[in-house]
Amino acid sequence: MSTFPLVIPRPVHPTGLWNWLTTIDHKKIGILYGVTAFIMFITGGIEATLMRIQLAAPEQDIVSAAVYNQLFTMHGTTMIFLAIMPLGAAFFNFVIPLQIGARDVAFPRLNAFSYWTFLAGALMLKFSWIGGATDAGWFGYAPLTSIDQNPGTGIDFWILSLQVLGIASLAAAFNFIVTIINMRAPGMTMMRLPLFTWMTFITAILLVLAFPVITVALIELTLDRYFAFNFFNVAQGGSVVLWQHLFWVFGHPEVYILILPAMGIVSEVLPTFSRKPLFGYATVVLAGVIIAFMGWMVWSHHMFTVGLGPVANAVFTVTTMLIAVPTGIKVFNWIGTIWGGSIKLNTPMLFSLGFIAMFLIGGVSGVMHAVSASDAQQQDTYFIPAHIHYVLFGGAIMALMSGIYYWFPKFTGKMFDEKMGKLHFWLMIVGQNVTFFPMHFVGMDGMPRRIYTYVEGMGWEMWNGVATFGAFILVAGFLVFIYNMVISWKSGAKAPSDPWDGRTLEWSIPSPPPEYNFKDIPVVHSLDDWWATKYGSPRKEVPASGGSGDQEGHDIHLPQPSYWPFVVSAGIFVAGYGVVFNQLILPWAIAGIGVFIGFVGVYSWSLEPVNDPDENQGH
Amino acid sequence: MFFTKFNPRIGWLGILLIVLLVSTIGCYPEHNQSTFDPHGPVASRQLDIFVWILIGGSIVFALVTAALIYAAIKYRRRDENEIPKQVHGNLRLEILWTVIPAIVVLGFSVASINTLFYAADPPDTSKEPLTMEAIGHQWWFEFRYPHPDDDSKQIVTANEVYIPIGEPVKINLESVDVIHSFWVPKLAGKVDMVPSEGNYMWFQADGPGEFFGQCAEYCGTSHSNMKFKVIAVEKTDFESWLRDQAATAVASTDPLASEGAATFKSAGCTGCHATKTVINTGSKGRVGPNLAHVGSRRHLAAGMMDNSNDDGTVNDSYLQENIRKWLQNPEKIKPGNIMSGQAAIYQDPNKSLTEKQISALVAYLTSLR
Repeated sequence: MSTFPLVIPRPVHPTGLWNWLTTIDHKKIGILYGVTAFIMFITGGIEATLMRIQLAAPEQDIVSAAVYNQLFTMHGTTMIFLAIMPLGAAFFNFVIPLQIGARDVAFPRLNAFSYWTFLAGALMLKFSWIGGATDAGWFGYAPLTSIDQNPGTGIDFWILSLQVLGIASLAAAFNFIVTIINMRAPGMTMMRLPLFTWMTFITAILLVLAFPVITVALIELTLDRYFAFNFFNVAQGGSVVLWQHLFWVFGHPEVYILILPAMGIVSEVLPTFSRKPLFGYATVVLAGVIIAFMGWMVWSHHMFTVGLGPVANAVFTVTTMLIAVPTGIKVFNWIGTIWGGSIKLNTPMLFSLGFIAMFLIGGVSGVMHAVSASDAQQQDTYFIPAHIHYVLFGGAIMALMSGIYYWFPKFTGKMFDEKMGKLHFWLMIVGQNVTFFPMHFVGMDGMPRRIYTYVEGMGWEMWNGVATFGAFILVAGFLVFIYNMVISWKSGAKAPSDPWDGRTLEWSIPSPPPEYNFKDIPVVHSLDDWWATKYGSPRKEVPASGGSGDQEGHDIHLPQPSYWPFVVSAGIFVAGYGVVFNQLILPWAIAGIGVFIGFVGVYSWSLEPVNDPDENQGH
Repeated sequence: MFFTKFNPRIGWLGILLIVLLVSTIGCYPEHNQSTFDPHGPVASRQLDIFVWILIGGSIVFALVTAALIYAAIKYRRRDENEIPKQVHGNLRLEILWTVIPAIVVLGFSVASINTLFYAADPPDTSKEPLTMEAIGHQWWFEFRYPHPDDDSKQIVTANEVYIPIGEPVKINLESVDVIHSFWVPKLAGKVDMVPSEGNYMWFQADGPGEFFGQCAEYCGTSHSNMKFKVIAVEKTDFESWLRDQAATAVASTDPLASEGAATFKSAGCTGCHATKTVINTGSKGRVGPNLAHVGSRRHLAAGMMDNSNDDGTVNDSYLQENIRKWLQNPEKIKPGNIMSGQAAIYQDPNKSLTEKQISALVAYLTSLR
């Protein structure tokens, strides 16, 4: 078609490795995200288990101080950026187009690019274990990250991988904002969007606004480290508190980036298994919006002991306390949803109910250190890891597990084993309370966090031993989960299209969905349209404008696979690796090669031909 | 009687009791760093706030969880074909559970702000409170007191701080390297030692005692190994202690100790460790802890090794053994410390301390009272 030499035809690989490398099908990308994120979750879990073994008894020497500090830094960074965020992204990818009645996301190639760039960032971070990972904490407080304090490359890997992950997250966020605004099926007004889609929409907006802040902070840090700038160098008039402000202005909205999708999942699961609509849909949506908005006004509650003064601390105490109100509204509305319903206590439902109780404990301990006077005794003690794990493990992970079980039949076309699912739930709910509840005790008992050991006689022995025991219950739970997932995916019973008597559009199509999702674009008449179709007036199938309505689905125009998203991400990976090893000739040359690969990728991407739909690539 | 007929109110009470029990099972006032055993007004008021929120939070948790469990059991699906009433919401209820929590959290906030301001500044009294300086180093604490006789001088010590009881003490917080945090759980919540930010805090010990402190902000490899003690004594004892500190330590004239004094100079120890305590106010401190009165301290290496008998007096044989262990391998006790990383005696194999030199140093340092 074109005479330009770089124009390479679109790949055509229906199966195999090349298919996965070039796919732009949102469902396959969702599965890639999910599997990768879960593997990262396991690596973060191994890091956590090693820490718990070290702390099981006083004065143990299983890992050295230096390694322990690397472990908690990598554990935090991994769980937040490589596990919970991309697990959320897995659901966005797979579920959102199905929920809004679309055939793919707005920018399918950009979507593939997001995944491959996420993978590049994840690998960069994890590979930094070779040669010493960063030990400055996931929060990277200056001046611990300065070149004097930390001359190794561990931190540079951390900085660069976070920048790369930022690119991936921003691309994905823009993609989902545009998708949710523009790709909704006819009649799917904003106030008919399923709650999970709504929360994803809010999360994506938060991402777009929050990531630039950390990007700026990381650029400043890079300039300090590589080019002797003085943003965080107190001796030259810089400020170490500046880093904290930048980090937490990003970091607190980030907490809501992690928890809002979880709340969205729970808001899908509870109505389905109660056979009742979400109680106060508009209120729950509004509460999510308010949480996202107020999330920007509370960052200094991470800094109550930094010495900002009683006036600033008082203001942030009040704003932080107030954010408990919309969070409380959600909890009350969830209870309103199940109240008077017809509740089926199967695995996804148990995880969602467990989420509410565990998240509530995290919420209550959150209020305890939202009050800065009380926080003075809790800040940087084990009380805080207790809180964050009730919010992010008892909260986010529980909800994500609920979502995995809930949509597993849709993802794979198979049913999971319900007995093993329930066993997983009970191991997890017991395990996390045995692991994380004692951390409240040792925290109030004066045990600082981030210590690699403690001496005998402080009184922290017993509860640390208990916590470590709990960690092994959790490990057992996840082994059950992995076994269940693998076996069920391989040889589970075939899933019907609507195994749960669902309420939203994804349950109206076969499991797993065909490549084109909807043979005919549905027309939406109400909230929970699929439920209304089943139990109310019969649904009118109307082809979307421009759609063909052909029975065989042959003429459905789908985006086509592409090599280039992968190539661009590979270029970013190579360039990032080069930049990490600053100040030598070879690494900068490698960085140049990476930039070149990326440039070729972007160039070819923009010139990529669109195959003529009439040629029929055989959907 | 109560048990013959199930009374739902008793059920609620039971759940509440269980929650309160679980919440209080982890209180150990007898432990060294417990926040449940305040010995001063700041820690005491901070604990009060915590206890109020704990009670309020436990009630909320008990009620919500009870409702959750009750609903999950009561509304269990009994017939696969049953379709419950499709309730979409209830505006009045939703307004109720927005307004009531808002009032409750605002109430808590306002109540706590009082304590926040109380803890921020020492109470206004006619006379200036005793003001001392605490300076964070990786990984030990330097302390400076104003010289009682000379305003332009300060008295330097390390890792052990004496305060007079019954009066507020103001502590100016500084750091020479990274951010540390100054925390004595039984006296007050922590405040960070941020380089050049001019932070300060205050506390008051209501009675005599020895209080444990520990760095609470992650500060690098040996963050875990950075502790200190606050020893609260009667005002007169404090004053005499301070005068003792101001005096130059007199080393023993014992031959081994004299040899140790010579080794202390020849091995380069003086490059980082001072043996005189009076300095000009605000002058730059040494890299390592002041050792002028190291033999009188209850702990060695920033709280890592205990030299004391149960009554708090220094036990000579513990002290000697601890100094010896430290000199033999400081890296083992405090990984990453500057001494083992930079001192020639640990870096240059030709300059390593011999056992004899170590014994001499032990004799010398032990005699520094």
